[in-house]
Amino acid sequence: RTVEPLEYYRRFLKENCRPDGRELGEFRTTTVNIGKCLCSITTADGSALVKLGNTTVICGVKAELAAPAADSANKGYIVPNVELPSLCAERFRSGPPGEEAQAASQFIADVIENSQMIVKEDLCIASGKLAWVLYCDIICLDYDGNLLDASVFALLAALKNVQLPSVMINEETGLSEVNLKQKNPLVLRKHPVATSFAIFDDTLLIVDPTAEEEDLATGTVTIVTDGEGRLCSVHKPGGSPLTGAKLQDCITRAITRHKEVKKLIDKVIKSITPK
Amino acid sequence: PGDTSVLAGIYGPAEAKVSKELPDRAALEVLLRPKVGLPGVLERSREQLLRQTCEAVVLGALHPRTAVSLVLQVLSDAGSLLSCCLNAACMALLDAGLPLAALFCGVTCALQPDGAILLDPTARQEQEARAVLTFAIASSDRKVLMANTKGSCSVEEMQQCLAAAQRAADTVFQFYRDSVCRRYSK
Repeated sequence: RTVEPLEYYRRFLKENCRPDGRELGEFRTTTVNIGKCLCSITTADGSALVKLGNTTVICGVKAELAAPAADSANKGYIVPNVELPSLCAERFRSGPPGEEAQAASQFIADVIENSQMIVKEDLCIASGKLAWVLYCDIICLDYDGNLLDASVFALLAALKNVQLPSVMINEETGLSEVNLKQKNPLVLRKHPVATSFAIFDDTLLIVDPTAEEEDLATGTVTIVTDGEGRLCSVHKPGGSPLTGAKLQDCITRAITRHKEVKKLIDKVIKSITPK
Repeated sequence: PGDTSVLAGIYGPAEAKVSKELPDRAALEVLLRPKVGLPGVLERSREQLLRQTCEAVVLGALHPRTAVSLVLQVLSDAGSLLSCCLNAACMALLDAGLPLAALFCGVTCALQPDGAILLDPTARQEQEARAVLTFAIASSDRKVLMANTKGSCSVEEMQQCLAAAQRAADTVFQFYRDSVCRRYSK
């Protein structure tokens, strides 16, 4: 396994299964913890911890107030930031964010933008004066492949958990008054879910690759679907060529996965809502 | 194409730093410099897309432990920037004489709000469009090497754009052939 990893893998792929016992189209066990009681971040406005097999990703959302930009006076901001600290895998060194972290941050920003998950106008409190800024920090605690799926999932779960305090602008003083007692949940229009595939030898597609599988793969594809069967993003950074039909297979599998994930999130949210 | 222009320069295969060299293939590095400002997160993700696309076609195994650097400078941006970068990169790879498994070309499709597919959109058309999809199509078998989407679209629309992009790829490859003929026939 150490000397000839590719050959080792090929033997398993010929039998249509993988070394950890999964089928080619099977995902790893997904667990998600949302909220202040179960999850660690008590200072954040919304938080979620997602485990996809061994890959662990935690997302914290903090809401702050700021003045909107001059050219879009009725829009707030969402700022995602993905971090891959050196504790999650030996290949990431400490220092400025590497290419993978930056590309992942850009991907998450694109997904939020493309899926219109949060409409920026919703984040505006007083047009031209005050708006919410949501800082979403996504930190990987343990990297075992499939970072993008776990990050999107963690972001979704954390945002569902966010409660924004109501803010009023005092007419006389012009200052804002934050009412921490009265909180409103954030409105999420769409629920994007990412599904990643690894391509081997130009033919085989496997779902939810581990870190080892990702290293051996000749390419990767990530598809983000929202609830209504629409594609938010098809991300295929190079790698072996795919035919249109294979891409179609991936999309179909992604739509199925979306339903599974949605059920999981709804179940977890129901279990933490105070009765 | 149009007013968008990107300058591409390739340096290599040259000696790689020990920290960067790979024992069995050439290490590819892509640097994308925007027209104004410092390279940011958007450039990084584009660099990653370009790098992995090039890695798929360049026969790196023929030049192990070397480094190939591809530097792209954006001269002007009037829409379809990513596919312009892809085309520039491919022509630079051709010009440098690096061994390639296939050629590739970048095609951008914009999906308008009324459902019409527009190839090679200008910046204005991109902004008005519902979704903008960029594909890198390989010359050997018209398969998809790279895909990047912005905005949401339905599955059928994506397939339609893909088919349109594959057809358009033929025109671009013809342009490659003409340019190479012109260059070497002097």
